[in-house]
Amino acid sequence: MEAVKQELKEKIISVLNLEDVNPEDIKDTDPLFGAGLGLDSIDALELIVMLDKDYGIKLLDPKEGKAIFESIETMAKYISENRTK
Amino acid sequence: MKLNSVFINATNCITPLGLDVETNIRNISNGVSGIRLHKNQVYAEQPFYASIIEDDLIEEAFSSISASVEYTRLEKMMILALMPVIKKSNPVFDEKTILIVSTTKGNITQLNTISETSVQSADLSLMAKKIASFFGFTTEPVIVSNACVSGILSLAVAKRLIQSEGCNQAFVVAGDEFSKFVLSGFNCFQAVSDEPCQPYSVNRKGVTLGEAAAAACVSANGQNALAEIAGDGAINDANHISGPSRTGEGLFRSVERAMQEAEVKAEEIDYINAHGTATSFNDEMEAIAFNRSRLGNVPLNSLKGYYGHTLGASGLLETVIGIESLNSGKLYSSIGFDEMGLSQPLNIITQNEDKELNYLLKTASGFGGCNTAVLFKKTK
Amino acid sequence: MADKNSFIQSWCTIQNNKIDLNGETIFESEPAIGFADFAKAAYRNFGWSYPKFFKMDSLSKLAFIAAELLLKDETSSETENDIALVFSNKSSSMDTDVTFQESIATKENYYPSPAVFVYTLPNICMGEISIRHNLKSENSFFIFEKFNPGFLSNYTDVLLSTNRAEKVLCAWVDFYKETYRANFYLVNSTEGLEHNETTIKTLFNT
Repeated sequence: MEAVKQELKEKIISVLNLEDVNPEDIKDTDPLFGAGLGLDSIDALELIVMLDKDYGIKLLDPKEGKAIFESIETMAKYISENRTK
Repeated sequence: MKLNSVFINATNCITPLGLDVETNIRNISNGVSGIRLHKNQVYAEQPFYASIIEDDLIEEAFSSISASVEYTRLEKMMILALMPVIKKSNPVFDEKTILIVSTTKGNITQLNTISETSVQSADLSLMAKKIASFFGFTTEPVIVSNACVSGILSLAVAKRLIQSEGCNQAFVVAGDEFSKFVLSGFNCFQAVSDEPCQPYSVNRKGVTLGEAAAAACVSANGQNALAEIAGDGAINDANHISGPSRTGEGLFRSVERAMQEAEVKAEEIDYINAHGTATSFNDEMEAIAFNRSRLGNVPLNSLKGYYGHTLGASGLLETVIGIESLNSGKLYSSIGFDEMGLSQPLNIITQNEDKELNYLLKTASGFGGCNTAVLFKKTK
Repeated sequence: MADKNSFIQSWCTIQNNKIDLNGETIFESEPAIGFADFAKAAYRNFGWSYPKFFKMDSLSKLAFIAAELLLKDETSSETENDIALVFSNKSSSMDTDVTFQESIATKENYYPSPAVFVYTLPNICMGEISIRHNLKSENSFFIFEKFNPGFLSNYTDVLLSTNRAEKVLCAWVDFYKETYRANFYLVNSTEGLEHNETTIKTLFNT
């Protein structure tokens, strides 16, 4: 799962255009939304697309996204359990 | 400085509910909606709800006014909308007669096969010029492309230009087509309802997309006018590019500006024809903004239940219908609405009713934080 | 018709990887480098700190840079600023439209992006500037075949003389496939160069 976490940090930075952020700046359990990286509603939608495109996971209920995208840790766990790619 | 009064002299619309205002009104008063379930893989894998005009109706109507094959489907819709308005107004096409075209995506369907040629054919100025030259305008068209407020903003622009004496007569035509481009976009925003849209309702799940064209003639001539454009405001939220302000700031200020200009108090407004797209955020924002302006009790509807969200056409199309209500004293049910789902009260019209109306407030909001509010006064 | 006289207090041109402010070049990059790199270099050069910049599409970045140069001493995020925005271009949001269309073109590779879709409207660049400078003000986006100073100056004067704004930021901001041009100018009712079509044409060599 460590590999997935590292990969996620790099992907999030690139997909969400977080120009001045490095993977080492993102702690596994830091909140991604709100204070942390300051991600917003469009970023959340982008992450849903990323789950589909890169991991083959289709999120049927976008409201689930809030829990899944809480941190790198929660995302990595969800992806490891549900990925089809 | 006292400015000239500005009026709407003629209107028309082209929608799934009819190719003229009378037919549209008849269908609306019978509670008929243009929204259907469509199964068409050209647009989407899964079936979807939308309000779409039958191609044959457009072709048939257009072929009776022109044999030309050089116009796109959207251009035909817009020409059909404008034709009776121009005929009724019989303008002199001089340097003071202008055409204002309102659209968000114009001929975006040309991009279905992407190439430099298709990009050029999707050019908005090209589209506007084709429409202008069909009728014989000698001035350069003005195109307003300002997200979903474009249709109503165009009327505000027309009014401002006429008051500045920069022009005498403005013909405004608004149109947008249903497309895979827009459907895909709203879908990836999780903003499309899997049922016909339910404005202001507790179970609302998002928009239903639609298409239409609408047209109006605007001038300082009050004789036999349909309505006076009494005041307007178009203020940005300055909050977020896709979500509306939680305090309804821009819409509130636009409404206040319109009322201030028209010298009208909240209690004098009889009817609000609102935006009501049935997204969670938009409808809630409107409830907040209207209550801040003390308009929570004013009979209000959204016409999205009849037409879906027609984007750049919506502001003008809904104004055309709103003005019919203003003059006939007939308010139409806000179809799609069932159970209130807002944190503040709005007086949603739930069945057709007769009411003496003097002032109509039309509002719209859109991506980019834009808002527009226009107050219309009955003149008849 | 205008009761008030109006004046241009500052102006900015951005094209060919060069930024001119009030007639002087203040930044340039090699003409060969792409817009994205030029825009980043400009952003760094001016020492700005606004992470959202990197999420914007090219049209919005272009508009942002010009607006930042003209408004940074005019506005603060604590106070509200009554500066209307009257923007225009020819290409609408076509550069981003093509990107979005490409993302939905094939069934196999169908991944429409919300972050791209939101920029498929030309007025979004005004929204970005409104947010940045706290401008709860009048906004309108117009499309013309080419830069139309006659229309812009008349419409701007209407906004000022009907008290719809204290100042107006006017723009021609066009971006399509690495060809771009930004002509921005700030209009007030107190002092500066005489605001009319002729002056605007002279300032921007059109």
